Amino acid sequence: MSTNGNVIKDKPKKRSWVGLLYISPWLLGFLIFQLYPFFSSLYYSFTNLSMFKAPDFTGIQNYSYMFTRDANFFQALKVTFVYVLFAVPAKIIVSLLVALILSQKIRGINFYRTVYYLPSILGGSVAVAFLWRILFMNDGIINKCLSFFRMSPLQWLGPDLALFTLSLLTVWQFGSSMLLFLAGLKQIPPELYEAAKVDGASSLKIFFRITVPQLTPIIFFNLVMQMINAFQEFTSVFIVTNGTGGPIGATYLYGLMVYRNGFEFFKMGYASAQSWVLFVIIMFFTAFIFKSSPYWIYYEDGGDINGSK
Amino acid sequence: MAVNKRMVYTIVTHSYIVLFAIVMVYPLLWIIASSFKPSSEIFSSPSLIPSQFVWDSYAKGWMGFGQQGFGLFVNNTFILVIPTVIFTLVSSALVAYGFARLDFPLRKFFFALMLSTLMLPGTIVIIPRYLLFKNLNWLNTYLPFYIPALLAGNSFFIFMLVQFLRGIPRELDESAFVDGCNSFLILYKILLPLCKPALFTVALMQFIWLWNDFFNPLIYINSVSKYPLALGLRISIDVGAIVNWNQVLAMAVVAIIPPVILFVFTQKYFVEGIATSGLKG
Repeated sequence: MSTNGNVIKDKPKKRSWVGLLYISPWLLGFLIFQLYPFFSSLYYSFTNLSMFKAPDFTGIQNYSYMFTRDANFFQALKVTFVYVLFAVPAKIIVSLLVALILSQKIRGINFYRTVYYLPSILGGSVAVAFLWRILFMNDGIINKCLSFFRMSPLQWLGPDLALFTLSLLTVWQFGSSMLLFLAGLKQIPPELYEAAKVDGASSLKIFFRITVPQLTPIIFFNLVMQMINAFQEFTSVFIVTNGTGGPIGATYLYGLMVYRNGFEFFKMGYASAQSWVLFVIIMFFTAFIFKSSPYWIYYEDGGDINGSK
Repeated sequence: MAVNKRMVYTIVTHSYIVLFAIVMVYPLLWIIASSFKPSSEIFSSPSLIPSQFVWDSYAKGWMGFGQQGFGLFVNNTFILVIPTVIFTLVSSALVAYGFARLDFPLRKFFFALMLSTLMLPGTIVIIPRYLLFKNLNWLNTYLPFYIPALLAGNSFFIFMLVQFLRGIPRELDESAFVDGCNSFLILYKILLPLCKPALFTVALMQFIWLWNDFFNPLIYINSVSKYPLALGLRISIDVGAIVNWNQVLAMAVVAIIPPVILFVFTQKYFVEGIATSGLKG
């Protein structure tokens, strides 16, 4: 991020303020649509704000209710953790493996890359979530395929598997992680592979000793971004389960709970408190990943996290 | 012998890739194929070839399943999406230029702040934003989409353009400056033409994201006559017992096809956009 190295010399003094003019749209937008909502939701979280009346300050009542009496809250927490812990690693592993295969010199690779990326284009769209719902219905096509192979049909959207089926939808859209891995694989110096081959290393060893360490910065980036998104998943569960998070709360993801409290039950103060708890959880995991990164991320330049351009 | 081994290896990898590709796109092919099947046949076999082609599912589905037809929803989507894309382009380019090329007080601080919003969970600002738009009387209009776009609301695009601008040699700006161009002319005459691929990427991504967006229209738009496609499609699938499955699926295809076609023809830009913004941070 070193940009001021060769700033034009003897520039007129007012020039230094002109830059602020250019970024002023963002600055204004940041203050109005990010910073103000950020702090007012913290304030709302200590009130009983609803859509219809002015908020009263209620102290920590929202939080104490949430942690002591709201069974739905704990159900949502549990479901969301399981979802994140399964879907995020699964997506990263699948995208890494696919990127590895696609990085080999194979004819028509651009075509396959396009095909693999296609589902990701539709991420979060209603049509695709609806498609998932009918593919995995009890008499849907997936079960028809299973019986074709003489396997017994599964209740894909039943209490046991519904969360897994939702995760599959997320994993199916691994395209952008895959693209990042592909770009990263191209940057691994070929000398490393050649040296390993000369030393007689097996391909499995090469994968774990060279490829994976070289890709750790990208794994890190994917992990953080996918985790933040997965914690807030909404559209897929809303459409697939018809807005219920069912059956019997099996897919009651956190994002859905916040939406229902805020916009179906109009308990906006309470929903704000829940969104702050989610924020703290996400920050905790993000900080954890950042703090742990020196132990598992390999940096070419010796570990400057900001990197140099 | 060595040649043989290599050939076997190539064939095996190739078949994996093909097989996996089929699994990946099967759902999309299935929904397209099913929209041409008789409704009774849709769930009876996984086959992709209809026993008889039904051609009128699109025409009938287009009429809609309630008061409003899909012509209106598609029209609304364009009214929502096109200005938002244009506003995003203009504001992101200005802001990115400021960050990438000009020096001003607190530049590093603001840049870090801008990047940090990339990681701010959106859930946390939803309710205050909703109330803000409500108090401004912007609900049930497209202003909650237009105005944030005008104010460079998506840091991802700023960041992508900053990364792209950094790859353009500074000497170009400097010689233009010597020739008497002010900062705006440098941006307009020199840099923007060079940024065309990146701007195109921004426009494409923003178009596709907005086209698919469900959550924001869901909370900000409440009258059916203003519904974009995503919400229009939702009413038709919410009908308790769907009878004309092929018509519903045909309309789902209508929602899917534009992003897919756009992507297939412009995938180069996507790949580059994602690779630059993700890696060079």
